[in-house]
Amino acid sequence: MKQKIRIGCGAGFSGDRIEPAVILAEKGELDYLVLECLAERTIALAQKRKMANPDKGYDPYLERRIEVLLPHLVKNKVRLITNMGAANPVMAAKKVKVLAEKNGFDIKVAAVFGDDVLTYQNLPIEAFEIFNGENQAFELIKEKNNDTLISANAYIGVDGIIEALDSDAQIIITGRVADPSLFLAPMICEFGWSKDDYELLGKGTVIGHLMECAGHITGGYFADPVKKPVQDMIKLGHPYVDVFSDGSGIISKVEGTGGVINLMTAKEQLLYEVVNPNEYFTPDVVADFTTVKLEEIAENQVKVTGGGGKTKPENYKVSVGYKAFFLGEGEISYAGPSAFERAKLAGETIEKRVSSQFDDFRIDYIGINSVFGDKENPVIPNEVRLRIAGKAKDIDTASLIGEEVEALYTNGPAGGGGVRKYANEVIGIMSVLVKRNLILPQVKIF
Amino acid sequence: MKLYEIAHSRAGDKGNVSTLSLIPFQETDYELLKNKVTVDLVKKHFGNIIKGEIVRYEMPNISSLLFVCQEALDTGVTTSLRMDTHGKALSYKLLEMEI
Repeated sequence: MKQKIRIGCGAGFSGDRIEPAVILAEKGELDYLVLECLAERTIALAQKRKMANPDKGYDPYLERRIEVLLPHLVKNKVRLITNMGAANPVMAAKKVKVLAEKNGFDIKVAAVFGDDVLTYQNLPIEAFEIFNGENQAFELIKEKNNDTLISANAYIGVDGIIEALDSDAQIIITGRVADPSLFLAPMICEFGWSKDDYELLGKGTVIGHLMECAGHITGGYFADPVKKPVQDMIKLGHPYVDVFSDGSGIISKVEGTGGVINLMTAKEQLLYEVVNPNEYFTPDVVADFTTVKLEEIAENQVKVTGGGGKTKPENYKVSVGYKAFFLGEGEISYAGPSAFERAKLAGETIEKRVSSQFDDFRIDYIGINSVFGDKENPVIPNEVRLRIAGKAKDIDTASLIGEEVEALYTNGPAGGGGVRKYANEVIGIMSVLVKRNLILPQVKIF
Repeated sequence: MKLYEIAHSRAGDKGNVSTLSLIPFQETDYELLKNKVTVDLVKKHFGNIIKGEIVRYEMPNISSLLFVCQEALDTGVTTSLRMDTHGKALSYKLLEMEI
């Protein structure tokens, strides 16, 4: 058993930059590289692509990312763990295997799957429970075959990844897995932690959570030139962590990269998207963040100790993707004298022309009230951008908003310019719970 | 003064819930934040934006507060009609609060 492993995180969402991951693979002296690329809705959109073409449904950047990383992973013996499989991890693994062979690399690639709840035949409705009052998700699952339901993926934990790590696969591609589990799995394997040592699993989960958003902890999405300046954002590096067998860790980044790791960046990330710091639920453990200790031990080095956990949940959380509505949007700018008055006249005109056809209709004046809402005596800027949005039952109705905004060119107030219009189907996400013993993570090696 | 002068924040989202951290630049200001930034004042400050209950968690281990706000994102991240569907900018709304 090892006493220390080094894990890098080279992506914190599906659209993340690729260069920092390459720097980590090349110069990070890593044992593992994690790429976390699945937000809540990403997998539902991927499922839609898979329905259109069964060969697709994995991360659109998969080949691009793997191709540039492969030579470094092989040369430096770094194992890659990623959820870029999205709705189709098996096909993603096959593609990566072919890509590796084409480039002359003889490596094994593992797919971890079994998270897709809709692939299980005959799951009784009793296997499901309503999550957080979201009845509609439960109803969608109950009716299963209706046209509205697109995807249902359980957040599975470390199990499948551990099985893949126990093989000699160098690249491990999963579908929906809880983000911290991508980091916790190699810790369990390398340190021989027991899967019911919840204290250690909690500590490992804290570290996984700190790492999972990549640039978040190195000063990305942190910088504020007035109060929180960050050096050399252009070359923002992504983090790696040295994890020790006692569950403590030291988070750092490759020398020469930009950004900063300090107490401030670590605290912001520790609390990010946490709805209860006493009980942070993952499939592996209910972790406790209230005992975590953070310490700056050197420049760009934060030591993480403490944290813990008790038990693991009896259910998996399932993200349910469904066809929600059609979104129509239109925008136009007004500037100079009476900019706000003209924008208001335009907004009110369109409201009277079409709003009755929409289930929900909204007018924003960008620069005045579009983000924080209405304010008493707002400061009126020299430029105001009108934005109109509505929810419709079909794409033609949704398109009306953009068409009406464009028609302001000849049927609205003076001096409006820069029209943009959009109409799209919106996929919504809700959650439901499923009994974990009915969901079986599987592994296939290529 | 505005909270912005002495603290920083990041917003997170889960469904229709917004999580807002409040972290003092100086750890010695933690007690001040604990005393001044109450749930009632935060609720009032956000007005119509946050429609549900707000729970405040105290985190003395990292000298920080966490506000977990229900019904804060219109109908939720994926279906909101707002410009900022995630409520990413709400961290700076919190920092605008006067104490």
